[in-house]
Amino acid sequence: MSNTEIASEAVVRHEEYAEGKQFVRFSRLNRVLHVLMIVSFMSLALTGMTLKFSYTGWAATLSRLLGGFESAGFIHRVAAVIMIGVFITHIIDLVRLKRKEFGTWKAMITGPNTMLPTRNDLKDFVDSLKWFLGLSERPQYGRWTYWEKFDYFAVFWGIAVIGSTGFMLWFPEFFTLIVPGWFINVATIIHSDEALLATGFIFTVHFFNTHLRPEKFPMDLVVFTGYMPLEEFKHDKPAEYEAVVKNGELEKHLVDPYPPIVIKTIRLFAWSALALGFFMVVWIIYAMIFAYR
Amino acid sequence: MNARNEKAMKRPGILVGVTTIFLIVCTFGVMAQENSDCFMCHSDKSLTKKIGRTTVSLYVAEKTFASSSHGSLSCTMCHVDLDGKELPHEPQLQKVECGPCHGVQQAMYEECLHGKSSKRGDALAPNCQSCHGTHDILPARDVRSAINPLRVPYLCGKCHREGAPVQLQRTIHQANILENYSESIHGEGLLRKGLIVSATCTSCHTAHQILPHTDTRSTIARRNIAKTCATCHSQIEEVHRKVIKGELWEKELHILPACVDCHQPHKARKVFYDQGMADRDCLRCHEKEGIKSSAGRSLFVSTEHLGQSMHAKTACSQCHTGVSPSRIRPCETVVQNVDCGSCHAEVAAEYQNSTHGKLFAENDPNAPTCLECHGTHQARGKRDPKSNTFPTRVPELCGKCHREGEKAAVRYTGKEHDIVNHYTESIHGKGLLKSGLVVTAMCTDCHGAHSELPSKNPNSSVHRDNVAHTCGKCHHGIEEKFEKSVHSPLVTKTDKELPACSECHSAHTIRRTDVSGFQLEIMQQCGRCHRKIATTYFDTYHGKVSQLGYTKTAKCYDCHGAHDILPVSNPESHLSRDNVVATCQKCHPGATRRFAGYLTHATHHDPEKYPILFWVFWGMTGLLIGTFVVGGLHTLLWLPRSLQWKRQLKQGKQPKTKQEQGTDE
Repeated sequence: MSNTEIASEAVVRHEEYAEGKQFVRFSRLNRVLHVLMIVSFMSLALTGMTLKFSYTGWAATLSRLLGGFESAGFIHRVAAVIMIGVFITHIIDLVRLKRKEFGTWKAMITGPNTMLPTRNDLKDFVDSLKWFLGLSERPQYGRWTYWEKFDYFAVFWGIAVIGSTGFMLWFPEFFTLIVPGWFINVATIIHSDEALLATGFIFTVHFFNTHLRPEKFPMDLVVFTGYMPLEEFKHDKPAEYEAVVKNGELEKHLVDPYPPIVIKTIRLFAWSALALGFFMVVWIIYAMIFAYR
Repeated sequence: MNARNEKAMKRPGILVGVTTIFLIVCTFGVMAQENSDCFMCHSDKSLTKKIGRTTVSLYVAEKTFASSSHGSLSCTMCHVDLDGKELPHEPQLQKVECGPCHGVQQAMYEECLHGKSSKRGDALAPNCQSCHGTHDILPARDVRSAINPLRVPYLCGKCHREGAPVQLQRTIHQANILENYSESIHGEGLLRKGLIVSATCTSCHTAHQILPHTDTRSTIARRNIAKTCATCHSQIEEVHRKVIKGELWEKELHILPACVDCHQPHKARKVFYDQGMADRDCLRCHEKEGIKSSAGRSLFVSTEHLGQSMHAKTACSQCHTGVSPSRIRPCETVVQNVDCGSCHAEVAAEYQNSTHGKLFAENDPNAPTCLECHGTHQARGKRDPKSNTFPTRVPELCGKCHREGEKAAVRYTGKEHDIVNHYTESIHGKGLLKSGLVVTAMCTDCHGAHSELPSKNPNSSVHRDNVAHTCGKCHHGIEEKFEKSVHSPLVTKTDKELPACSECHSAHTIRRTDVSGFQLEIMQQCGRCHRKIATTYFDTYHGKVSQLGYTKTAKCYDCHGAHDILPVSNPESHLSRDNVVATCQKCHPGATRRFAGYLTHATHHDPEKYPILFWVFWGMTGLLIGTFVVGGLHTLLWLPRSLQWKRQLKQGKQPKTKQEQGTDE
């Protein structure tokens, strides 16, 4: 049996088998981490913005709502610790993943599902632009698209930049034992502007890329449920689908969908996060454009 | 009175001459009798004679006589009818006359009440001997003498004490003379403290020329009283300057009260005098509730009000000057309005310079006079809780005119409005009216009770330059600090307006400084002048937190000080090199010198001053803009394609993947 025959047979089998089945895209830990990320990120953004946009009336109201600037500051720090926890957990998970599934770092980062940008990503990017301009068909996106990889590494960048400056602002007395006092001023600017970039980006570009783009509208629940309807998977990540089918591992990845009540709960949470995100975008636009001084 | 005495009285000079010659003749022993001849009989204690039913001793103590003022004289110098007579003499002798020697005194005596009574044959009338004695006469300076100042009150009191025949049977206008005198400041001085210069009876009434006060020659006549008192109280004009304006004392006696109107005779006290008898005379009419002037104005004076007022011990005539005590209605000569300034001269001067006083001088109908605030007969002191001028009632009192809509508020053109309500809500108003702290500042503490002037007037207590001092009356410690600060006109000489207390604390809406409202607003106040530095402050963490409405962060005064603000270059400044770390440590206990290098007024908008911050900010902003441009464009381009893609999926057309396309081929 040739490779193509095996593949087509697999496709047929899958179509019989996979009626109503969903493809597992994210592990339970990753989903939990993403939820924690949302919670901590939203908390950080909201509490941080009360300070950054303190000159707007909303900031004062919100700060009061959060129990005052000290309480807001406490929430901010707790959320920061959670986010760093999320980050560290993820790193540990990567180590575990390497040991379990790849054996060596090299195998992991050079494998087909690597998170690192590859030549193929560049190609996909160029092809995407072509597609956008109507010069080509939709590219065959794989497991991780280039914009997903960008978002993934943005977190690394953000944690490093915002986290380090955040610690300086949290413990200025300690850090000024090492660096001059004006470093704190610099840290403030970096922390604040990088945070603005992060929130702005997440709540617009990331939201669009993953939730709001028409074929996903109003939201993509895959990151919460971890499962993607097989049909959707097939269209959205054709390259991965193909690869999985080719390896005959599709069934391994298929599960029954969650009961509606779980979906409903997830939807409620996701909507809240989305709404909060939009609120913050509106606030940022208002604060940066209409109330800026 | 015999002819010799009359002659002597007219020509005292001759009398003295004759007396001298007479004495010399006597000394040379040309006399018929020696004193020892007399004492042969009169040293016998049992020597008596009968006058009517009474037995009179004729004993003369030789020793006492010898030590008396007249000890060196011979008996016959006084008992002149015995001169050259055989001894023993006839029992009936002529009355001894003192006049031949003491002519002046004798003459005075003849004219005086005592002398006239004696002449009338009044048995109670005193003669020389009544006071001076007979053979035991001693000079006034001798403490044993009956006429020694210390004993004069007793001497006069023999007849003039309460219950003595004279006091009972003769017309004496004063009662309880001796008791009153002994309790008076003079009596106390003389009798308790033994001050022989203190006034006794004779100091005022004289010793020999005692005349009724109705006699214009009398030392106690109305027109002479001042002079009499002034023999001792020679500088009394100085003390009574307010009343008598220095010179009116004697010039315009008729409009001024006499000493005794206030300091009643025999009752002169160190503490202020009781209401005079004259008050009772006034009240006889004025205590009737129905009494009205011809114009219909009530002239009723409530004795109750009067008794409780500050002027309870002030005679009516002291305020209502121009009374004529000699008339039946002494008040009919009163023509002037009461001039409080005759006593309260300093206050009146202040009033005249005040806005109130100036309006009054212009006959402005709205101008308040003394009466508007103090009332008339019920004028109570400011320490009397029932007084209109008692601290807790002052805001209400001033509010009568200065409350919004009232006559003073309507005329007012300045910026302070609704002052009574604002004051009531202020820290001072609450302290005074809610906590009842009468030491709390109220209207007159700042504006002055009698010298209120608009704040634009440089003499005003609330003028910009004087406010610190006015507030400093209570907040003295603050004033001391402020005067050394950069905001004090004493330190900074500038054309620009320096902030006075009221700039930050306001005038009538002064709040507690430990509440957030004040603490946050004060930054706006600083920012009014220090605009740039305040703006940059709000770019920092401290500024942002305070902008959110929280005070638990460094505000202007936490670092710069509140009243003791100094330039950073001043070593005393909270922010000088030596002090800045300690200042940071107030909130950041672990602060070090490096920590203090934090730029508390940093802004990323100033490339000159803060180039690093400027470029970091623009670097970050560039990154932000770049990311959004790329991300945004990507998204915008994606959107139409994505819509198309969705449509395809909806229509059930399996969008072909490359592979499928490939398979098709």
